[in-house]
Parts: sequence; structure tokens; C-alpha cells
Amino acid sequence: MTIEINFFILIALYVCGAVGALLFRKNDQIANWWSGIMAIIGSLWGIVFAINSFLHYSKNIFTYDYSVFPLLNLSFHIDQLSAFFIFIISLIALFCSIYGIDYVKHFYKKYDLGVLGFFYHLFIAGMLLVVSATNGLLFLIAWEIMAVSSYFLVVYDRENKNNVDAGFLYLIMTHVGTAFIVLAFLIMYVFAGSFDFTAIKAGLVSMPDFFKNTIFVLALIGFGTKAGIIPVHIWLPSAHPAAPSHISALMSGVMIKTGIYMMIRIFFDMFSSIPLWWGIVVLIVGATSALLGVLYALTEHDLKRLLAYHSIENIGIILLGLGSSLIFYSLGNLTLAIFSLAAALFHILNHAVFKALLFLSAGSVISQTHTRNIEKYGGLIKYMPLTAFFFLIGSVAISGLPPFNGFFSEWMTFQSLLQGIASTDIFIKLIFVLAAGSLALTGGLALVCFVKVFGATFLARPRSEIVKQAKESSILFSLSMGALATICLIFGIASGYFGILLTKISASLNIFQNATLFFNESINGSLITPNGSATVSAPLWFIVFALILILVIFWVKFLINKNQIIKIGATWDCGINLNERMEITATGFSRSIVTIFSHILRPSIQHEVEYNDSEMRFLHKSKIVRLEIHDVYQTYFYQPIHKLISILSSKAKSIQSGNINIYILYILITLIFILFLL
Amino acid sequence: MTMFFWALQLIFVPLVSPFFIGVVRKIKAKLQNRQGASIFQVYRDLWKMMRKDEVISSDASWVFRQAPFIIFAVTIISGLSIPIFASFLVNSLTGDLLMVVYTLALGTFFLALAGMDTGSAFGGFGSSREMTISALAEGGFILSFFVVALIAGTTNLFTIVETNIFLTAKFFLPITLAFIGFFIVLLAETGRFPFDNPATHLELTMVHEAMILEYSGKRLALIEWAAANKFFIFLILGANIFFPVGIAQTADFKAIFIGIVVLFFKAFILCAIIGLIESVMAKFRFFRLPDLLITSFILSAIAISLI
Repeated sequence: MTIEINFFILIALYVCGAVGALLFRKNDQIANWWSGIMAIIGSLWGIVFAINSFLHYSKNIFTYDYSVFPLLNLSFHIDQLSAFFIFIISLIALFCSIYGIDYVKHFYKKYDLGVLGFFYHLFIAGMLLVVSATNGLLFLIAWEIMAVSSYFLVVYDRENKNNVDAGFLYLIMTHVGTAFIVLAFLIMYVFAGSFDFTAIKAGLVSMPDFFKNTIFVLALIGFGTKAGIIPVHIWLPSAHPAAPSHISALMSGVMIKTGIYMMIRIFFDMFSSIPLWWGIVVLIVGATSALLGVLYALTEHDLKRLLAYHSIENIGIILLGLGSSLIFYSLGNLTLAIFSLAAALFHILNHAVFKALLFLSAGSVISQTHTRNIEKYGGLIKYMPLTAFFFLIGSVAISGLPPFNGFFSEWMTFQSLLQGIASTDIFIKLIFVLAAGSLALTGGLALVCFVKVFGATFLARPRSEIVKQAKESSILFSLSMGALATICLIFGIASGYFGILLTKISASLNIFQNATLFFNESINGSLITPNGSATVSAPLWFIVFALILILVIFWVKFLINKNQIIKIGATWDCGINLNERMEITATGFSRSIVTIFSHILRPSIQHEVEYNDSEMRFLHKSKIVRLEIHDVYQTYFYQPIHKLISILSSKAKSIQSGNINIYILYILITLIFILFLL
Repeated sequence: MTMFFWALQLIFVPLVSPFFIGVVRKIKAKLQNRQGASIFQVYRDLWKMMRKDEVISSDASWVFRQAPFIIFAVTIISGLSIPIFASFLVNSLTGDLLMVVYTLALGTFFLALAGMDTGSAFGGFGSSREMTISALAEGGFILSFFVVALIAGTTNLFTIVETNIFLTAKFFLPITLAFIGFFIVLLAETGRFPFDNPATHLELTMVHEAMILEYSGKRLALIEWAAANKFFIFLILGANIFFPVGIAQTADFKAIFIGIVVLFFKAFILCAIIGLIESVMAKFRFFRLPDLLITSFILSAIAISLI
């Protein structure tokens, strides 16, 4: 009983925060501190709640059911998977809230802080409800709360017209996605006779294959829109940058994962048989999203848009784990299916942490420079050393380099793909080879991208005056970024422990109830594949690496030639005065990759030259070079749809004559039609 | 006893690596009808640079200052994680092939950042080129390893070498294909022809040298040494993972001695091939390199489908 009350207290805390923020809206300061502190309390409560649930409950933590209307039950069910997501939401919300207290100060006197706090709390509460609701209608309501409140957060800085446009795009795309979801739930309702998840679970058993496949496709598109898979990703790179940075961190780190959560919930918890092609589709979608996401990120020079594209990439990596899990399940290899799902869950957790860290550090840079254009930065490491350090840790973690957390979830994903390659079926083997190749290439390109971002933002000389005015951000900024950076390292080093924990969580799902749980005894905290074919020990690697590093530094600095003199001089410049315009820019850095992948990215280059004397055409007065990336989805996917809808609408116009008699005739025909139908 | 072998393994890579750089240079010199410097010249160069004073750019940050240590430490821990002369030293904790690949990538990451840190135009484009090549090489690198991992049923490099089942006729073709794929990656990652010219400072062609242009003294020595280590690590990987002959399976001195001699022999052959390639071939145009790297990826993919 107490655990239920704890859960309702958790929701109540956010509701309290939301209402309180509105009440205090007259005073910016009070509204801000109230919403910040309430959110901190709420997220701390959430973390304690989730950890407590893991420690004291085995599989199902609690079920609560209260009927409001015939179809709408207030039914919540917390199992291990939900508790895991509550943990992620609360963990990221905690640091975003701490950060937010300082970040929103520049909105004082400009916008209403109470409204911001209201939607912020509603947004987090919405996410918590999404991962705990077990009634279709209740879920849809929670889903809408989350979507709409995040829309208002995206357009919060409404004086910038781009933000309003981005918000509108987001609102449309998220509702297109919701339409697919609603359709999926309606089909389920037809067969189950109820919106309750347990009833649906029972109803799905007798469902014809055609409808199961339809539900799969609808759910993949619907939840995929929220998760940001390509090609329904277009809202993501415009909405995430528009929101205030701590909101972007929450959206990118946590909100898009709720799409993945529902995919897991439906595919793994509701269905009990899975055709092979589902997994293959998910795997292909994942491979494409990962590779294209990182390629588009490389072409960006807007700091936050770039990070948003990396979210698409990482969703792709998560889907690689999820897809292999589905395939292994259809092939009957439950142990590997559980392992692959654990890989996906681990990457969900890791991506939330390092993406939040990167967005918060990006926000810290933006709050000082007031621009998101990477080309305007440069040399910030001297002005903002702490932010630079934390951003570096985030970059290393997201690029999947040891000893940070990103590497270990990618390692698990790689191992599941390798097990898939070992399959005897040549077709499945080939799919897994391509997926592994895509993951390897994605890893490499992510590395390029983060060398580009870190180098162009923090290293070399300032490329504009605004950098020179930048100062290190406030203590609350550093505190939240530092904590997240530490967590990146801790989760990496504790990867062996997380491997076991997440295996337990995946094994607790309905689909795996007949699976025997494997546990290899972890040696020195190492991560182990189910058949013991591979192990990797993060703590040992870290200790050995640290020892070697200390030894090398000590030996080189203090043992060899102690009298060495270090002179500070200018960078060698071939004899001319080196200036900041000569150093490489972000665009220049990634230009060779863009050229190599020009078939996919379709770069275009335009020169506009103005001559001093238009007759002679010798001396340039000014020259503008425009480098653009062709948006393939816009031209080949969205514009045709847009055209089709306009054509259909104009066709529909011909039956609207404006004559009331005709409309009454329509009503009559419809009535007769319905009568016959019934 | 085991401790002694581990200590030997720890110092083996940094101790021997400059020798093989010298060997390649000597082979190239002979092929060009030159006398060439002594094979041990690389050691003398390192010692000389270690004792010199340093100049550090005023624009450089701590990334530039600390990168050489990180890069060097990365090659040492990678040297510990691969089977060099003995497979009985099963390192099941860091000896995973993905761990080695990504540990080496950590070094590349910091090297590229150090290249950008001084604000020199050379460093920037050097980093850009290096990262482009290493990103595209990643696919071939991992897949060529996956071929042997699939045959051996494990991704632990020591166990792969210990299984030693590659010499059966059934696996001859896949292994050869994977090795060719790996060899292309070796040339790319260690900055040899046709990817990069290790002997040039011509601004149009340099990749690795462009990144380290601003280094001097001890830090330059560390970077050069780390590059030699990386080269030797790739030689060992090529020699031992794909052709695990002669590796000590038991802990006695005779077997270890044989292991070391055989390794030297195999590495020497690889060096001869590299030297030959560098003498008879021109550097590729930068935008033709992806073709080569994709070839490496496809070769490994074919090898996998043959298993």
C-alpha cells in the first residue's frame, strides 16, 4: 500500500509545483525558485521511489485501478520497466531543474516565469504518467499532456519567430504520430473490448495476423515520430534547439525515449508471438536512422541542432538493440533476446545522461555568447574552462570511447549484432552484417563530429568578439553539469553491475516469462555476454589506464631532463601574421565527409559575386558563398504528401457549394447510409 | 612467473616499436638505392627529443599539453590488451577486440583535438583529414575482426589466438580476405602510403604530420613514440590475429623465445610489404581513399558470408 501512496505523492508533488508556479506568477523570483525547488524535490522523490522499487520488489511493483468513466480507468501499473523509466526521468529532471533555476533568470521581466514553471512540471508529470499508465485512454491523455506542455515549452521564447514555427511543426508532427497511435489502440479495442492493457494482452492472442501486423506498423510510425526515427524526424532538429536548454535536455534525453518505452511495452509486453520481419524492419530503421542522423549532424553548425541530430543517431542505436532482440525472439533464442534488449535499455539510460550533459553545457555556452552558431565560437576553453571540460566528457561519452558509459552500451549492441551475424541463415546474416557496419561507421562519424564541435567551439582562437566577453557560468550550472559528467564515468565503470540489473529488467517482461535467466558471475565488475564469449571490465581498464597515465607523466616530466625549459611562443605561421580567420571552421572540418557522402547529403554551392566594374569582371567587390545541404525528405517525402493533400482538399471543395439544401441532402444520404450499414 | 611475463608484455611494445619504424625506413632506403640511416636511428631521435627544450603555442590550452600523455598511455594499455608473444596470458578483462579498437580511437580523438588546439591552419585540416580517414576505416576494422571472432566464437583476442584453427582449409579464403581488409585499415590508421606519407611536410599531402606540427621536445617525442607504438600494435594484430603461428601456449622460456622470434619474423615480412608499397606506389588523391576503405569493408563482409 505504501508504495502506491509514494507514487501518488510523486505525481502530487509535480501538480503542486505546477499550480504553485501559476499562483506565484506575479513575482518572477518566487515563481522561479518555487518551481525549481519543487521539481528538485519531486525528482529526488522519484529517484528514491525507483531505487526502492528495484530493491524491495521483484517483478510487479503495484497495480492500481479506479474506474472514473466506463472506458477511462485510472489504472496504473508499475513494473520493473516502468520503474526504470521513472528513474531515468527523475535523474535527468533533477539536474535540469537545478540548472534551470539559474538558466531562466534571463527571462525575468520578459516572459511569465509562472507559466514556464507550470508547463515544466506538467511536462515531467506527463512523462511519469506515460510510463505508468495501463489504460489506453489514460495513456493517451498523459501522452497529450506531455506533448502539449512540451509544445508550450518549445514556443516559450516566442519573440523569436523561428521558435514559433518550430513549435508549430512539432505540434503537427506529434499529432500525426498520435493519430497513428490512436488508430492502433482502436484496433486493439475492437479485439479486446477494453482499453485496459491486461485485457488487450489477452485479446491480442486471438487476433488475426493481419491486424497484428497493422498494429506493429502503426505503433512503429506513431511512436517512431516521437522517438525521431528517419524520415519522421523533421520536427526534432527544429524543436529541440528552440526550447530553453534545460528543456532541450529533457526532451532529447528523456521525452523521445517514451516512444521507445511504448514500443517495448507493446512489442514485448502485449504481444506473445512476433514474426521475424518485425525485427528486421526495426533493425533496418535503426541502422538508417543512426547513419543518417550522424551524417546530418556533421553538416550542422548550429550547436543545438547538431545535438538534436545526434539524438536521432542514438535512437537508431537503441533500435538496433531492440530490433536484434525482436529477431532473436522470433528465432527462439530467448537468452540473446534478453541480452539485446538490455543493450537497448542501457543505451537509453546512457544517452539520457550524456545528451543531457551536452545540452546543458551547450546552454551554458549559449547563455554567455547568445548565439548558437559554432562558427562564431572558438577558444572558449580559456574563457569557460569548466564548461569546456564537461562538454569534453560528454563528447567522449557520446562518441562511445572507454571508460565512459557510451562505450559499454555500444559494446553490448555490437555483441548482439555479432551473435546475429553468427546466424546460419544467409539473409539474416547479411542484415546483421549491414547493421554492424552501420553501427561501426556511425561510431566513427560521431567521433569526427565531436572533434569538430569541441575543436571549433572551445579550441584555437576566438573567431568573434562575443567570445571574449564570455565568463564561466554560475555555480548551479557547473554543479549540474559536473554531476552529470561524474555519472557518465560512474555508469561506465559500473557497467558490469548495470549489465546484470538491466538483464533482470528485460527478463521481467511478459514475453520472456518462460526464459531461464542466465547469470555469469561477474569478475572484477566486468560486463559479460550470455554465452561468456566476451567480457570487458571497465574498472580494471580504468585503473590500469590511470596508473599508466600517472606513470608516464611522472616519468617524462620528472625523471627525464628535469631542467627542461618550456617557452611560450606564437604558433608557427609560415611567416605571415596568423589570425583567427585562418583556423579551420566547423564547416571546413566536415567538408570532406560531406563531399564523400554527397550522394546522400546533396550539398550545393552557390557563388554570388559583385564586381567593382561589371564590364571588366576582374576585381571582386564582394563575394558570398552559400553552402547548403539539400533536404531530401522535404522534396521527396513531405512535399508530395503536402501536394496530395492540397489536391484532395481542392477536389473536396467541389462538393461544398455553399447551398444549405445540398448540405441537408448530404446529411440525409449519410443517415440512410448509416441505417443500412447498421 | 606470470608477473614477469606481464611486465615483459607491458614494456615490449614501447621498447620494440621504434625498431620496426627503423626497419621500414631501411627497407625503403635500400629499395631507393640509398644507404639509409641505421635501424636504431629512431631510438636516438627519441632520446634527443626527450632532452630538448620545448616551445608551446600561446594559443594552446591544456588539451594540447596533456594530449601526448593520453595518446601514449592509450598505446601502452592497447599493447597490454593484445596477444604479443604468448596466448596463455589470457586477458579477459581488457583484451576484447572492441575495447582495443575504441581505446585506439580515444588516442586518435585527442590527437585530432591537439591538432586543432593551436589555431594553426595546418593542424586544423590535418585533424579533419585524419578523422575522415579513421571514421571510414572503422567499418572495415571492426568487420575484419568480426571474421576471426566468428570463427573462434569469441571476441577476446587472446582466446582467438589460442583457438588457432585458422589454418584449416575451410577458413583459408575468409581469413585471407579479412586480412587484406585489415591490411588496408592498417595502412590507413598508421598513416602509411597510399593514405598518408610519413616522410613529408608538404602542406598539400600531410595528414599526421600536420596535426603534430606544433609539438616539440618531450611532447613531440611522446607523440612520435606513440605513433610507432600504434604502428607496431597494428603489425602485431595483423601478424598474430590472422596468422597465430608460433605463439607461446605454455609458460616456459623456450616457448616465449620462439614466440618472440616468430613475431619478429612475421612483423618483418609485413614491414617489407609496407616498404615495398611505399616505394612503388604514389599517394592516392584524398577523395579516392574512401573507395579503398569501402573495399576493405566489402572484403570483410564477403569473408563473413563465406564462413
